[in-house]
Amino acid sequence: MRVGLFVTCLVDLMRPRIGVSSVKLLESAGCEVVVPASQTCCGQPGYNSGERAAAQALARKVLQEFAECDYVVTPSGSCGGMIKVHYPELLSEFPDLEAEVRRLTARTWELADFLVSVLRLQRVPGRFHGTVTYHDSCSGLRELGVKWQPRQLLSKVPGLTVKEMAAPEQCCGFGGTFAVKFGAISSRIADQKCTDISDTGVDAVVLGDLGCMLNIEGRLRRRGDPKTKVLHFAEVLAGARDESA
Amino acid sequence: MQVSSHQFKRKAAEALTNPQLHKAMSNLRMRMVAGRAESVLELDNFEDIREAAKQRRDFALANLDYLLEEFERNATARGAEVHWAETGEEVNRLVLDIARRNQVSKIIKSKSMLGEETGLNQFLEAAGIEVRETDLGEYIIQEAHETPSHIIAPAVHRTSEEIAQLFYEKHGLPRKTDIGEMTREARTILRPYFLSADMGISGANFLVAQTGTSMIVTNEGNGRMTTTLPRVHVAIAGIEKVLPTLEDVSFILRLLTRSATGQSISNYLTFTTGPKQLGDQDGPEQFHIIIVDAGRTRVLGSDLRAALRCIRCGACMNHCPVYQNIGGHPYGWVYPGPIGAVLTPAYVGLENALDLPNAATLCNQCGVVCPVKIPLPDLMRKLREKQVERGLRPWRERAGLKLWAWAATHPAVYVWITRIAARLGRWAGGPAGLIRNLPGGSNWTDERDLPSPEGKIFRDLYAVRGKRRA
Repeated sequence: MRVGLFVTCLVDLMRPRIGVSSVKLLESAGCEVVVPASQTCCGQPGYNSGERAAAQALARKVLQEFAECDYVVTPSGSCGGMIKVHYPELLSEFPDLEAEVRRLTARTWELADFLVSVLRLQRVPGRFHGTVTYHDSCSGLRELGVKWQPRQLLSKVPGLTVKEMAAPEQCCGFGGTFAVKFGAISSRIADQKCTDISDTGVDAVVLGDLGCMLNIEGRLRRRGDPKTKVLHFAEVLAGARDESA
Repeated sequence: MQVSSHQFKRKAAEALTNPQLHKAMSNLRMRMVAGRAESVLELDNFEDIREAAKQRRDFALANLDYLLEEFERNATARGAEVHWAETGEEVNRLVLDIARRNQVSKIIKSKSMLGEETGLNQFLEAAGIEVRETDLGEYIIQEAHETPSHIIAPAVHRTSEEIAQLFYEKHGLPRKTDIGEMTREARTILRPYFLSADMGISGANFLVAQTGTSMIVTNEGNGRMTTTLPRVHVAIAGIEKVLPTLEDVSFILRLLTRSATGQSISNYLTFTTGPKQLGDQDGPEQFHIIIVDAGRTRVLGSDLRAALRCIRCGACMNHCPVYQNIGGHPYGWVYPGPIGAVLTPAYVGLENALDLPNAATLCNQCGVVCPVKIPLPDLMRKLREKQVERGLRPWRERAGLKLWAWAATHPAVYVWITRIAARLGRWAGGPAGLIRNLPGGSNWTDERDLPSPEGKIFRDLYAVRGKRRA
């Protein structure tokens, strides 16, 4: 099966390791992975900032780039939600694209969901020595229903224990451009998330979205916590962060 | 009410540094959020009920013309007087006319957010009429000369210690700190007002077309006294509050109180159908219902229509991470939180509330708890689009997004920019991999570090990997 990886702009720029881990996981499960080279961004920053035309241009680009893939998989609930949930509305002005959009949304999966629900992955290459807590990123959780899938996958990692935090479904305060337009409010919300994480006393917080990762890690470090790791589940599952705590 | 939504950022910044507010708001999160979560479990098909409630509200909104006329017919048949007001000023004038006609000098009020919209209290007071709020929360903020910060818990931004101090200063009685005792004290003070008022003003949770009934959902009993004791009762309701039948009301009540306070049912449900009838023990001699547009038909005809489904439970704000941290006042008008971020620009003008639809993470916690499934993040996004269409966004922001969009649609350029940014960022992050002060990005780095990029972009790593394999 031909799986197109939508790397996402933030993974490409900030944490390429997560992209590499995603490829490794998909390949280890027997997928033929293709990474369209011209891909950039799903258009969400424009869509959420009211720049509809700009977002449409990018959505059409994604539509073309992944036309040949059986599945489109992305290590981000946020970008996955953008494609799967919001593209139909965003591209609703183009009736000629309707069938193609429907085909794309039906084939698009968030990585954890794909690994569990489609590939039915039983074994993962990674190992991790320590305790982690899982933060449910908003779009993955509330748009795509990603909740139990990453937890199920993490439970297969030898040496890893999951310990839930008080309010794992509470937003971390990132919100895309919100984080810079309303930095003070965003930081305050992030602070509560950090408190919840710290209260669990885990070695790492694991999650599935780059925006939340940067926000949570940034606030944790500023609060003076140099130690708690902030990891994408793909890195943990692929064994890219196989360092003992 | 005066609109001060343009001061959102300043007021939010103040709110973030107010420890009393922080304390009061953490109570809200514990009580309301946990309460709702528990009480919806009482219904094994809560999600189905939400969907059905949404459809019933949509049905009512699609048939407002018919239902409102039916309401008027039935209410009039029972002896109520129905008035129509197109604007807030008309509401105020109608109420004052009714008051003057009946030589009213003292009014008691049960909570009405629509009354807050029109600035009714101030208007009546300026005309020389004494107005007394009787909902405990409204009473507190009236004494403190504040505006409500929540649609069902107007004084939620105050801690009990602050209220104890306020009562001590205003009542001139020994200072009490026990909430029960404070409530009894307020009740003692309010009692003479209930008994001597000439007129009662209430809002309406719903109007029932089938019976001509106006109904309110309350917990304190003040609403019932307001609607029965004075000789004149005026109910104010927005046009969107009408439902076809009593059965619709009872259906939607299953969601309303659970979503609002986590109660299976509120302490009081007061249904008022006409004034005191022959043989009735109590009730007003006159019952007036003012049905108000004040911007609602405009919303009805727009793509924000779903917002009119709102049944005013407050769940969206209770669950909003932004509201939880800044409280309701920074939103600057009657309705705070997510629903306020939609209704405020819709009612007072997009340009008067620019920050509101943007001051949300779009986490959709509001959307999933809304009992009538208002897609609040989608509506906020629509408002953001309208801001762009009308050229209301700052040019820097627009230029930045334009630049980003151009680069993202030109992959060859995009690759070079990101390649340089990744390297530069890696260097700027130093050995710790943290950028502590991002030039031009202080909104991020004032209170957070920015984790630096790894240094190489994914597409370069992937290309190398491909070559190695080949």
